[in-house]
Amino acid sequence: MSASEINTSANEIKYLSEFYHLPEFKTLEGYKKNGGYIQLPKALKMQPQEIIDLVKASGLRGRGGAGFATGMKWGFLPKNNEPRYLLCNADEGEPGTFKDRMMMEKAPHQLVEGMIISGFAIGSKKSYIYVRGEYSDSINALEVAIAEAYKAGFLGRNILGSGFDHDMDVYRGAGAYICGEETGMISSLEGLKGQPKLKPPFPAIQGYLKKPTIVNNVETLAAVKYILRDGAAGYRKYGTEKSAGTKLFSLSGNIVKPGNYEVPLGFSLKDMIYGLGGGTKPGKKLKAVIPGGSSAPVLTADEAERANLDYENLAQMGTMLGSGAIIVIDDSKCMVECLANLMHFYHHESCGQCTPCREGTGWLDKITTSILAGRGRLSDIELLLKVADNMKGKTICALSDAAALPVLSFVSKFRDEFEFYVREGKSKVKGVVYKTPSYQSDHSKLGAH
Amino acid sequence: MFQLSNDAKQKVLTELTRYESKQSAVLPALYIGQKENNGHITPEVICELSKVMEIPESQINEVFTFYTMYNKSSIGKNHIQVCRTLSCMLNGSTELTEHICNELHVKMGETTKDGNFTVTEAECLGSCGTAPMMQISKQDGSSKYYENLTNESAMNILRGLK
Repeated sequence: MSASEINTSANEIKYLSEFYHLPEFKTLEGYKKNGGYIQLPKALKMQPQEIIDLVKASGLRGRGGAGFATGMKWGFLPKNNEPRYLLCNADEGEPGTFKDRMMMEKAPHQLVEGMIISGFAIGSKKSYIYVRGEYSDSINALEVAIAEAYKAGFLGRNILGSGFDHDMDVYRGAGAYICGEETGMISSLEGLKGQPKLKPPFPAIQGYLKKPTIVNNVETLAAVKYILRDGAAGYRKYGTEKSAGTKLFSLSGNIVKPGNYEVPLGFSLKDMIYGLGGGTKPGKKLKAVIPGGSSAPVLTADEAERANLDYENLAQMGTMLGSGAIIVIDDSKCMVECLANLMHFYHHESCGQCTPCREGTGWLDKITTSILAGRGRLSDIELLLKVADNMKGKTICALSDAAALPVLSFVSKFRDEFEFYVREGKSKVKGVVYKTPSYQSDHSKLGAH
Repeated sequence: MFQLSNDAKQKVLTELTRYESKQSAVLPALYIGQKENNGHITPEVICELSKVMEIPESQINEVFTFYTMYNKSSIGKNHIQVCRTLSCMLNGSTELTEHICNELHVKMGETTKDGNFTVTEAECLGSCGTAPMMQISKQDGSSKYYENLTNESAMNILRGLK
């Protein structure tokens, strides 16, 4: 790609992340100095339904992966006085994603304020932030922020004299990708194995301790106070009609300037990679892009250069926006090795509850590893597709699909690399067979056959 | 026989009343037990937690075995977890892990003879923009991320921990 084709004027819009460069934004004082806790008193004077309507009108969609309309999700709650919970999903585990971690570490009060307002809107007196266990810095930042918020009267009894009570607590996960799935998270918060539950009933009807529970991602809840500040129309100033607002994208892989970038939805993926990300390293060419976390089907370089970062466009291209994790793969990397790496991940993370997923992820891991070791057969390629096809839509949660989709897209779009590997017993890109690292016993890397 | 210290027992009892349901205290209690037992959990730890919490051992055990952050066997003073998932792999995590293991003369999952280091691989730790990276956890449960590593910078960090 020549430099003239890259739109260098396409810049970040720092909407949620406006003050993330200020270390003081982490503290209550610093947060208040920069517009913090101004929307909360305003919200507490509104009718809860007004806030829900506002969030509906803003077009805000879940930023964790599924992209479900936030206001509509809130609207599923029963219209009675039954106790209900707000649960913030901070179990960020989708490979390639590291935006929530930044938000919690740099702006914990932004999330806390967003959650108090959201809790008020849905009539919840208790909220939990479920943070993945590895994120010690996020947990510490949130615990300090929550304590500060209690002290300042933003949490607890009769908040700012409004009559609204709300308590908030952090719950630490213990290392399980599946707990990022909302019903798996609820099981984990209940002190059980993090196994997902069959829907319906949806958590909004029956969630934590069988009580109505709303589960929203960190970025989703943080956005709520900005919708209050700017109104629905103000929030819609950025983004497209169906994908409103800005979104934080985590850019990683073979890219010159990896990191989190906030851009309006609908932003061109090409500008993200070549403009903000600085492109691939000198001498390397773009080969493939995973646009929405490892579960999203892969795009070829050609497709990636035509794609826009919004829910509709990526769906049209047969993939998804997911968590906004963009993983860039350059032409020096072997797609067979990349897929085998991901299949190891899904095999490790399958909760074991449903047979198609438990067994299927195991087979996908074994077959890809076997091909990688130079022991593949031509029939293995069809077998991969067959196993993956049998895993789609047949399980309680989406992990099984999340493992199957990369297989189908990697093999169909980069079939030449898979066929070459099987035929020649070595990588088409690297010219050699994958060398099992010496730190692994050969046994652990034995393939399927 | 393993016993929780009075302080740890108190902490477990606090967790029991912290959440809306007593069972929710199982995950935090396992962290407390692990910290008390130098970084890993044994059947004796589960037995003690069961007595203190009045929750059947089987219910604690199934939670313990489900999650990766509860260690099933003893670990060194420094538990090195090198992230292996795609973004880190694309940036050389396999070579980094190999280097660390060679330098420390261990294989995956093993502990150095002096008990200073245990090396394992971890799945995505959410530090993909600063790959490759490792997390180092102490036996008391505290942990830290080390990012943008090279073979040299990683070994310098480890030498500083000896």
